[in-house]
Amino acid sequence: MSRRLPHSLGALAAVLAAMSLPAVSVAGQAPAPAATRAAAKPAAAPARPYVQPKTPWGDPDLQGIWNDATSTPLQRPARLGEKGVLAEEEADQFAEELAEDLNRDRRDGGPEADVNRAYNEHWMDAKRLEATKDRRTSLIVDPPDGRIPPRIAPTPEAAKIRAARAEADARFVAGLPDDVEDFSLPVRCIIRTDSPPYLPTIYNNDFQIFQSPGFVVIQPEMIHSARVIPVDGRPHLTKNIKLWLGDTRGHWEGNTLVVETTNFRDDPGVTYQNTDAGTFTIIERFTRVGPDRINYEYTVSDPKTWTKPWKAMIPWNKTDDQIYEYACHEFNYDLVHLMHGSRLRQAKGETVPARAPRPGADDR
Amino acid sequence: MRIRLRGVAIAVGTVAAVVGGLWVLTIPTAGQAPAATGQFPAAYRAPRLDGHPDLNGIWQSVTSANWNIEDHDAQPGLHPELEGAYDAQSAGQGIVEGGVIPYRPEMLAKRKQNFEKRGIVDVVTSDEKWHDSGDPELKCYMPGVPRATYMPFPFQIVQGSGPYILMAYEYASTTRTIRMNFKEEAPTDSWMGWSRGRWEGETLVVDVTGFNDLTWFDRAGNFHTDALHVVERYTAVSPYHIQYEATIEDPKVFTRPWKISLPLYRRMDKGVQLLEYKCVPFTEELLYGKLRKNPRR
Repeated sequence: MSRRLPHSLGALAAVLAAMSLPAVSVAGQAPAPAATRAAAKPAAAPARPYVQPKTPWGDPDLQGIWNDATSTPLQRPARLGEKGVLAEEEADQFAEELAEDLNRDRRDGGPEADVNRAYNEHWMDAKRLEATKDRRTSLIVDPPDGRIPPRIAPTPEAAKIRAARAEADARFVAGLPDDVEDFSLPVRCIIRTDSPPYLPTIYNNDFQIFQSPGFVVIQPEMIHSARVIPVDGRPHLTKNIKLWLGDTRGHWEGNTLVVETTNFRDDPGVTYQNTDAGTFTIIERFTRVGPDRINYEYTVSDPKTWTKPWKAMIPWNKTDDQIYEYACHEFNYDLVHLMHGSRLRQAKGETVPARAPRPGADDR
Repeated sequence: MRIRLRGVAIAVGTVAAVVGGLWVLTIPTAGQAPAATGQFPAAYRAPRLDGHPDLNGIWQSVTSANWNIEDHDAQPGLHPELEGAYDAQSAGQGIVEGGVIPYRPEMLAKRKQNFEKRGIVDVVTSDEKWHDSGDPELKCYMPGVPRATYMPFPFQIVQGSGPYILMAYEYASTTRTIRMNFKEEAPTDSWMGWSRGRWEGETLVVDVTGFNDLTWFDRAGNFHTDALHVVERYTAVSPYHIQYEATIEDPKVFTRPWKISLPLYRRMDKGVQLLEYKCVPFTEELLYGKLRKNPRR
């Protein structure tokens, strides 16, 4: 029996082949120390300096529809150590393995895996099976091991909130939610992948950037919110206004849009990776490095969560796709189905198993 | 006295500088009586951006049309026994040209029923009945077009140099992309419709199709089907005003196309920005509260 390879692999191979020419000289050189290479510019930098287009009012032009899907993992597989960038042949192999791991049409894991993969490739963004063209082994570029720095033990208060959240997740996963608040914020359609930082996910990876004098506006595909970024130097809102998506200000550093977001609400799950909304910081940088590509970088820190700040870079590739309306709350039938089912099952005496499986592929 | 006179002169000078010489030419009485309400100088020419009238800004209507786009009396809210004058409705002059929406006679019962059931929500009985009653606004659903324009929330027009214009509404963080000179037809039905724009002189004309049949025009239950076709016209008529018009067509519900018009006002508040009105959490008790393990009511 031949294992079915995702059809996008052919296209991926073509892409990699096409871009391997300028990269060969780099790949053929003596390898730089791994730590340097991890932080170095992507291998496939264009030969001539790219001239960034400007808007009619003189700002760097980022307008367009962009897609950030990739199979390259946020964190580097531990076996690769500090190897931040792969040689061409290794990269092909790595990309193939990633695509195979992510492929949800596989039927080689037994009935339980099959059920988990029932939400199959039909629903997925095929672009998420493609590794980044710069042949990196992780989206994280700092620290050099490509992994999120160690977590700091939460305060007793934070631990309590987190434990309550874990119990709610367990009820959700068991199909036995008590309350609508047991569902995560994405499932409740309050925030989804529109909350910074922007990370590749299973589908709806498009972002449309609009600009007008004094503003850059990002419309993530999921949900339909617009992130309005003033670039006119105005101060942040006062701390009395808290927002699900935070209060965003931007400025230009050369051709790079630098974005700082503050004033996040402190509900569990609002700030990235369960950080503390009071101490979490995030700086995002958008740099157009070619006609069809923006490098999106984010640096996050939270002295209550991680031992040090860390940084990731995700390429955004221009797409000819259109973004269609993402109506979430309006048709959230399954939330009602799950609540309804939970009442029926609880009436029959069902309870949450002691060790309910952890939530699988959440959208965030 | 001299100071006062100079103040007047400065004020008049500012107006002249802002609206240009045409004001003085067309309205020789400028500086005396204000122009009649509902009329703007005929020949305002907006500043240009990339060759087109620049409509950028944060805009908002000042009207009670979200309660009822036709003329209406003041009236209590849904639960005066709980809320008193909160949520009560002010009287308002409608925005429908000619005053009355030309419903097919057999469709008026549906509007009446919508109004009577505007506060009744049932998402529990079945998926099929989910959208049968309750104003979509009550449930924090996307408001559709043209309602998004005259809800009591600001919205931002983001117009750059690309082939797209974004309408970002504060209400429910709704957005709508206007595709300029775009050929592709609506790929599917949606809440905010499929908007394609073009410039006609001073006016941004937006042709909106591809609606579902789930949005209303107002809290009074005025409604449409998925045959709705809206043509909007946004014309800057002063540095601070856009005249908004929409022609509404739905042969399943109305005997002929009809029109609404209202001015939009530029929000001039210091540091004004769109904030978040993510109303989903405000609706969850109403929508799903009955299904809690321990219902609160």
